[in-house]
Amino acid sequence: MLDLFPPLAHNTLVVLTGAGLLGVAAGVVGCFSFLRRQALISDAISHATLPGIAAAFLLGYAVWGEGRSLALLTAGAMASGFLGMLAVRWIREETRLTEDTAIGTVLSVFFGLGLVLLSVVQSTSAGGQAGLGSFLLGAVATMTTNEAWTIAAVSLMALVTTSVLFKTFGLACFDPDFAKALGWSTRRLDLAMTGLLLVVLAIGLKAVGLVLIIAMVIIPPAAARFWTDDLSRMVTLSGAIGGASAVAGAYISAGFPNLPTGAVIVLVAGGLFFVGLLLSPRRGIIAEALSLRTRRRREAVRIALLDLAERRSLDPRSIKALRSAGYLDPVGEATSAGVAASATALRDHKAWQGFVLRHPEAAADMADWGHGRPPVGDSPAGGVGPT
Amino acid sequence: MTLGEFLTIDAPALVIAILACVACALVGNVLVLRRQALVGDAVSHAVLPGIVVGFLIAGDLAAGPMMAGAVIAVLVAAGAVELLRKLARLEPGAAMGVVFTVMFAAGVVMIETAVGDRVHLDTQHALFGSLEASLWIGPTDLSSLADPAVLAEIPPQIPMLAVVTLAVAAVMVLAYKEIQITTFDPMLADSLGLKTKSVTIGLIIAVAITAVASFEAVGTILVIAMFTCPPATARMLTDRLQSQIWLSVLIAVGVAVTGYAAAAWVPALMGLPSLGAAGMIAVIAGIAQTLAMLFAPRHGWLAKRRRRSAALPA
Repeated sequence: MLDLFPPLAHNTLVVLTGAGLLGVAAGVVGCFSFLRRQALISDAISHATLPGIAAAFLLGYAVWGEGRSLALLTAGAMASGFLGMLAVRWIREETRLTEDTAIGTVLSVFFGLGLVLLSVVQSTSAGGQAGLGSFLLGAVATMTTNEAWTIAAVSLMALVTTSVLFKTFGLACFDPDFAKALGWSTRRLDLAMTGLLLVVLAIGLKAVGLVLIIAMVIIPPAAARFWTDDLSRMVTLSGAIGGASAVAGAYISAGFPNLPTGAVIVLVAGGLFFVGLLLSPRRGIIAEALSLRTRRRREAVRIALLDLAERRSLDPRSIKALRSAGYLDPVGEATSAGVAASATALRDHKAWQGFVLRHPEAAADMADWGHGRPPVGDSPAGGVGPT
Repeated sequence: MTLGEFLTIDAPALVIAILACVACALVGNVLVLRRQALVGDAVSHAVLPGIVVGFLIAGDLAAGPMMAGAVIAVLVAAGAVELLRKLARLEPGAAMGVVFTVMFAAGVVMIETAVGDRVHLDTQHALFGSLEASLWIGPTDLSSLADPAVLAEIPPQIPMLAVVTLAVAAVMVLAYKEIQITTFDPMLADSLGLKTKSVTIGLIIAVAITAVASFEAVGTILVIAMFTCPPATARMLTDRLQSQIWLSVLIAVGVAVTGYAAAAWVPALMGLPSLGAAGMIAVIAGIAQTLAMLFAPRHGWLAKRRRRSAALPA
């Protein structure tokens, strides 16, 4: 297991820095498309980069006899990713096809074109060792120091741009109409946000690979969302989760050269997501299960109180519920608290029934609190479910 | 190119491509209308760990265990997406993105660690497919088509894909009414007592089986393209479900043949090495869809523009 922790050479440190900054940038930039419910647009963009990569390689090979420069390949990736993004937008806005169809079309057709171009690359004499395969699943093991510095620098630029435009981006996510009223062009803001996304996706291809890079812009925001409702906190946390999983994933996969870096990074991020899913105080599995129990118990007490108020006979479960709430003494008589509570429960119940009869539509809306928590307090709408 | 060469090299690849494209396009019609085109994308990634586990248990690349593993993996994924939507209140796209990337990553790591180099089960292979590698050894001329000894040598993907395609078509015919109503009017379906949920689960299972049967031969990307492009192209051309389905099948056959020809035959005529056939079929499907989006008689971009300018006062 010792090779899990390779000695940190200078190169490794640089690579980890690059991967970490990339993770932070992806987590931060991803928040905005996540909040605008467009998480999967990055799927189209990342797949759409492949033809650009292959074409850039062929161009470089034809002009300089060498196509493997990261800058050239990334520029190609960005160009075709940008075209893919425009194509998604055109299909969504100008045809009757829906966004999911637009994304599916663009990602598969662009990627198909990329595969065709790759088969051309294979047949050139630079063929086999073109190393373009590492763009599919990512490999930090083969990353040079220069490449790592480039990734770090571009990620940093994306971070700075985002922090300058942070407030506007937030506005565009939550209140696009207000942003428009303030004089911002919705189209341009959309372009800026998706453009940043594109930059981060393209620069991350080498490290994470284009199949899994979208996880870097989806999972950290989704994981951060478990813990906060505040935009700046969410963005910070998402950046931290992205950075941590990128560093950990790159570190682990550096020790196992045949373990694709992208996959390991995604699994680490998925682990952090799972922690939130389990433990989040407001959206987590455990909290939800506990609150379900509380709600069930409260509902049992309420039903029992109604029985008590209308002097129906109590079944053993109702007796147990009332006893544990302190509304019934050991002999089986209602305590004074129990009498008061049962009167309140009956009054609430009748008020609610009257309301339902008079305003059936409004009542239906209010009763439908789905899986969420009922309003705080023993208000009729909160305590009385649809019966 | 002799007839024997055609039967050995091109015919099996063509038949496989056509069968896979038709099966995917049939299922894709429902996906596109339900705004679930990306379910095809998600499913074809999420099946990976199931396939690997099926392989590890069975010890070889038999279709049965892999299929079972894939279906289980997809049901797990669908359950997880539901959980994330309900509990974590994630929007469906993000929930799908989280689930399928994590499952795909798990599959990739399993391949690299558990399966090792024992098989040709590698990720690039799953993406690209190996249409060109499916050969029918033996036939020399048309009489071979009646020779049982030679027929026994046809690539195993052909009978498997034929069964899957027929099964998908049969289910579409038998459950046509249910599919139609649950797709277009889920509330009516509920009030009629149709099991909307079982139709949805059945759809996901159909997607998984079609995807797994197809992508060993043609690769994940072509599978996603075929789930989306032929139905979307047909959707641009017609408003009726039945004509959309027939059209999408025709388009699927057309792009499969054209794409294969453009990848294998056209470069050969010009003396160049052949291109990736799966990728080329996807590209042709994209071109067909683009043409439909631009020039479709009623819903196309040009027709809409013309109507818009005609509606303006002169």
